[in-house]
Amino acid sequence: MKNVLVYCELDEKGVVADVTLELCSKGRQIANTLGCQLEVIALGNKMANLEQQLYPYGVDTIYAADDERLTYFRTLPHFSIVTGLIQEQQPDIVLFGATCKGRDVAPRVASYLRCGLTADCTKLEIGDYEDNRTKEVHKNILYQIRPAFGGNIIATIVTAGNVRPQMATVRPGVMKKEAADANHKGQIVKLDVNKYLKAEDDAVKIINREIKERLVDLGAAGIIVSGGYGVGSKEGFDLLHKFAKQIGAEVGATRAAVDAGWAENERQIGQTGVTVRPKLYIACGISGAIQHRAGMEQSAKIISINTDPEAPINAIADYTIIGDLNEVIPMLMEGYKRIRS
Amino acid sequence: METKNQETFQIVVLAKQVPDTHDVGKEAMNADGTVNRAALPTVFNPEDLNALEMALKVRDSIPGAKVFVLSMGPAKAAEIIRESLYRGADDGAVLSDRRFAGSDTLATSYALSCAIKKLGDVKLVFCGRQAIDGDTAQVGPQVAEKLEMQQVTYAEELVNATREKLTIVRRLEQGIEVVEAPTPLLVTVGGTAPECRFRIADRMLKYYKAQMPSEAGENLAAAEEMWKERPYLKLKEWNADDVNPELDRLGLGGSATKVKQIENVVLLKKENVNVPAEAAAIEQMWKDLQGVVF
Repeated sequence: MKNVLVYCELDEKGVVADVTLELCSKGRQIANTLGCQLEVIALGNKMANLEQQLYPYGVDTIYAADDERLTYFRTLPHFSIVTGLIQEQQPDIVLFGATCKGRDVAPRVASYLRCGLTADCTKLEIGDYEDNRTKEVHKNILYQIRPAFGGNIIATIVTAGNVRPQMATVRPGVMKKEAADANHKGQIVKLDVNKYLKAEDDAVKIINREIKERLVDLGAAGIIVSGGYGVGSKEGFDLLHKFAKQIGAEVGATRAAVDAGWAENERQIGQTGVTVRPKLYIACGISGAIQHRAGMEQSAKIISINTDPEAPINAIADYTIIGDLNEVIPMLMEGYKRIRS
Repeated sequence: METKNQETFQIVVLAKQVPDTHDVGKEAMNADGTVNRAALPTVFNPEDLNALEMALKVRDSIPGAKVFVLSMGPAKAAEIIRESLYRGADDGAVLSDRRFAGSDTLATSYALSCAIKKLGDVKLVFCGRQAIDGDTAQVGPQVAEKLEMQQVTYAEELVNATREKLTIVRRLEQGIEVVEAPTPLLVTVGGTAPECRFRIADRMLKYYKAQMPSEAGENLAAAEEMWKERPYLKLKEWNADDVNPELDRLGLGGSATKVKQIENVVLLKKENVNVPAEAAAIEQMWKDLQGVVF
């Protein structure tokens, strides 16, 4: 069947990850365009409520692999089951979240099946493709659109000729999560895990895990106060936190600030971090490298605070305040207090 | 090839020379906002240096272990091999051929896996999690699949290494995981792993004249003389035929993805309000935002 298949991720508590629901939302649109079904493969141990969580997003079939050996993600068990299912079902398109799990297993699956895989797509569309060499026109191809070369160009990638499936990964937050129909119903198909797993798939042992609760949820934040290299220090970020707390915002950061150790990894916004679209984005000391802009330019309103009038971020900002953020932020806090009282 | 004895434990590091796209600054931008690639220096892909360090650490703890650095790219990639030798690698090769041009990750990983097979019984492969010019993080897992090795991604710390298994701390989105994985094994190493040791002065003196035949150019005859006496100064340069691939799996033809279209990113200039850094103007801005945001 020429369907769209989404690889499902579950969090530590067995809740379907947002990135999966985002991919299902996009996958449903694609399936409607192609006139096919939307399917999901979920792997785990004692999974519950998959139907309630997934059907509203337009999922027609859930393939569920439930087994003790799937309690925690390990590459080879997931690889064997996903490749086995793809070979049986022959989906047209397979989508993975560009997460630690998805970016680990998807390339291995693509290598085995000798099909293409485009990482970190920011857009997925359906269209026709004419091969330059053979002049053959392929109908209803998946356009896998992603920034390339450090984000300075946007490339539209297609899967060659009749190679199938077409596979792509998408970062969390890039696609919009939209439930299709609260009353939509599908079917669940339980997979016989033993049919797919080989002895060597069980060879890697997890001997310890320290997984923290998610500290920040940038995707859900209405306002984000974000800092770049211009913040200058970890103490500089303290001021950002204070400001964020006052106005009910979350704190984000650029890759440069995260690399400098001033903010936690999970606060990173941009092409290799999360993509956000808050109502207000306050960029503090951010020059606006394109990799960063890719993750925030869809914000409804943008304020840029920068000492450099030529900073590229100013070009996409609604408001630009030229000045030292250590002086400007206290003024913003003071001003906010006045209008809110 | 060296004669193998029982003690040999072959470790391969995959390292890539990349344009430094990490921080594309104004100096590398054209007037139309596109990137001037020629203005970008090339660097040792940062996470591949973390990978080299982890490989050297394993080598240092297993008697008989050797680290071989493999770099696919143009002849200039010999710089990667020399840099690795300075820092402690035992040997290396550049894998270079026009027939590799246009390779996507599938064709790249295939060519690399052919080169690794040429080395014989490889027990460990280390590579960076991803390269900064593509950020795909695909080549590592794909090489592992082609060599039918176990894989451990996002390594942050090497806890223990024996010939039979490695214990590794992996860095995940919200924490860490410690895994024990048997060899043969491929490990992708992230940027949070220990930095690579520095160049060693003695090794720089030993290897600074190391070069590949194609680099010697018109001085090839003199180089050949030198290599007779000091064979370690002749760097290995492999083309496609040297690694016995199926030719239709290489380069553009062997790639499963095609680039349909490339567009330069153009900044859409917005209506922009310049707010002076003074109390009244800032208060006005907050008032403007009140209906929209609050």
